[in-house]
Amino acid sequence: MPDVVTANRLVDGIVVYLAKNGGWTEDLDDARLAETEDETKALEAEAAKAIAARIVVAVYPMPVEVENGHVHALSVRERIRAAHKTTLTKDWYDVPL
Amino acid sequence: MYRYDEFDSAFVRERVAEFKGQVERRLAGALTEDEFRPLRLRNGLYLQLHAYMLRIAIPYGVLSPKQLRQLAMIGRKWDRGYGHFTTRQNLQYNWVKLVDIPDVLAALADVEMHCIQTSGNCVRNVTADPFAGAAHDELEDPRPWCEILRQWSTLHPEFNWLPRKFKIAVSGAAEDRAATGFHDIGLRIVRGPDGENGFRVFVGGGMGRTPYVGLEIRPFLPKQHLLSYIESILRVYNLHGRRDNINKARIKILVNQLGIEKFREDVEADWARSRKDSVDLPEDEIRRIMSYFTPPELPARPATDEGVERRRLVDSAFATWLKHNVRPHREPGYVSAVISLKEPGRTPGDANSDDMDFVADLAERFSANEVRVNYTQNLILPHVARADLPALYDELVRGGLATGNYDLLGDMICCPGLDYCNLANARSIPIAKEIAKRFADPERQELIGPLRLNMSGCINACGHHHSGNIGILGVDKKGTELYQISLGGNPKDAAAVGTIIGPGFRAEAVPEAIDTIVETYLANRDEGETFLDTWNRLGAAPFKEALYGAA
Repeated sequence: MPDVVTANRLVDGIVVYLAKNGGWTEDLDDARLAETEDETKALEAEAAKAIAARIVVAVYPMPVEVENGHVHALSVRERIRAAHKTTLTKDWYDVPL
Repeated sequence: MYRYDEFDSAFVRERVAEFKGQVERRLAGALTEDEFRPLRLRNGLYLQLHAYMLRIAIPYGVLSPKQLRQLAMIGRKWDRGYGHFTTRQNLQYNWVKLVDIPDVLAALADVEMHCIQTSGNCVRNVTADPFAGAAHDELEDPRPWCEILRQWSTLHPEFNWLPRKFKIAVSGAAEDRAATGFHDIGLRIVRGPDGENGFRVFVGGGMGRTPYVGLEIRPFLPKQHLLSYIESILRVYNLHGRRDNINKARIKILVNQLGIEKFREDVEADWARSRKDSVDLPEDEIRRIMSYFTPPELPARPATDEGVERRRLVDSAFATWLKHNVRPHREPGYVSAVISLKEPGRTPGDANSDDMDFVADLAERFSANEVRVNYTQNLILPHVARADLPALYDELVRGGLATGNYDLLGDMICCPGLDYCNLANARSIPIAKEIAKRFADPERQELIGPLRLNMSGCINACGHHHSGNIGILGVDKKGTELYQISLGGNPKDAAAVGTIIGPGFRAEAVPEAIDTIVETYLANRDEGETFLDTWNRLGAAPFKEALYGAA
């Protein structure tokens, strides 16, 4: 199962992922996948630089699965983070993203 | 209500400036996250799942319309237009940006508010009976004592790094509406042997991983010694409370390991040798603080009102609201009205900025410029003339805030859970919404009667599941959310921790399980019994059988 590296952006706390094209993305589909342990370590090393550069905080790798070109988080917690909102705002108010 | 003096204003402004500097140094790289974290937590700023969360202190749950409007403005300008009223009478914003925090804190200071002591291992914002100063069964208004405790505990140098957080609740009424049994210190104002009021002091209550109901440490404490006695309790805790294990660091663990007798002995010994005169407030200072809480001048109004009675007969929704959300006031022509933040579909305790502005308007028009926050995550207009109830109700209907379910099943306490919180193991809000949908019929809730349903998304128990008549705790079991149900908890006078009824349920099965529990109660209750009465009489057996089949 591939890994991605996730974090919260320092200035606003928003959930982000280390992106394919460098930088950080809010979209899990754009996250860079690490297929091996060494690749995961490389992503973490890159993330450490972003911590030092004050771009992100709270960095960690997490496993994902890829289905029909879409990247899915596995745990409930990570699915909620990837959605960038509570899963239940549709009833009463829609949280703008 | 209390108004800041020059010292308070200067102090809060200094704190805003200090934290502004800390935020700037963090953004500029002079502080690492490890260095910054304890500083931001000292100012109520958490990093949650999706974003930063800012927790704002609402001292003893009292708000002016001006403050509520400012909170609405902050929500609009720097958050996403809504906030969440918590079980500690506070307000949380869920989406604030770190870069905006200095501006938010400055805007709070403009209306005499702040985020100090809403997190960290200190004496937290003191909570109180939300009907304080209005309730018919009140011996004495607890708010001046809360304010005295607030001033005393704010950045108290000795108690700034306690083993763990410390929560105090105060009630001055016959009925405990502040859950004093579940606080590190619970204070009940009682009449003493000489006819003077004083405090009955409880210690070591709490929820979380290891729930305890507080134990009486002193049946009667003369009021003037409140601070010196509380100081002695805190000193013994500060010295002997565990710092090696976060799960065993609360005072409840110390009290229960030492035993209440030994703990009392240590506190009384410290108190006996303490310099009471250097801590306890002089009489004139107590009077000065009390003067801020002089009851509003309420013109005499009739104790009964024909308009209310007529409306009650023809409008069943009004009658339900009147029965449950309207509570007696010390002045016969007045009542306190609960504004439920629990209509089906709403996240329990959430209010958007328009709601806040709307309630601020209502407080000016109907309630002598006062709003209260209840720990059950509702708002209260404390001083409403009985004759104004139909007009107030019509306004509430217009504003979508007229749900008449206070203290009924629909009035669930619910923590943010895994939809927002970094500590949560499971979601709580969607479960609450599904239960609300299932029990949406007001007639069914009426039939069921008073029933406190509390839910938490993790063992830390912000949703007070231990004290729910029905409590739900979300846990993570091998990647799946699972919900443990406990029955028989009670936050009020005969405070009790609920009993886990059996194996947990998957999320989708929870509403059905609650339904089964409720139906078992309805099938077994004797005339006039509440859910809790029936539970106390029958115990777990019929509920277990209904949920899991015969053993």
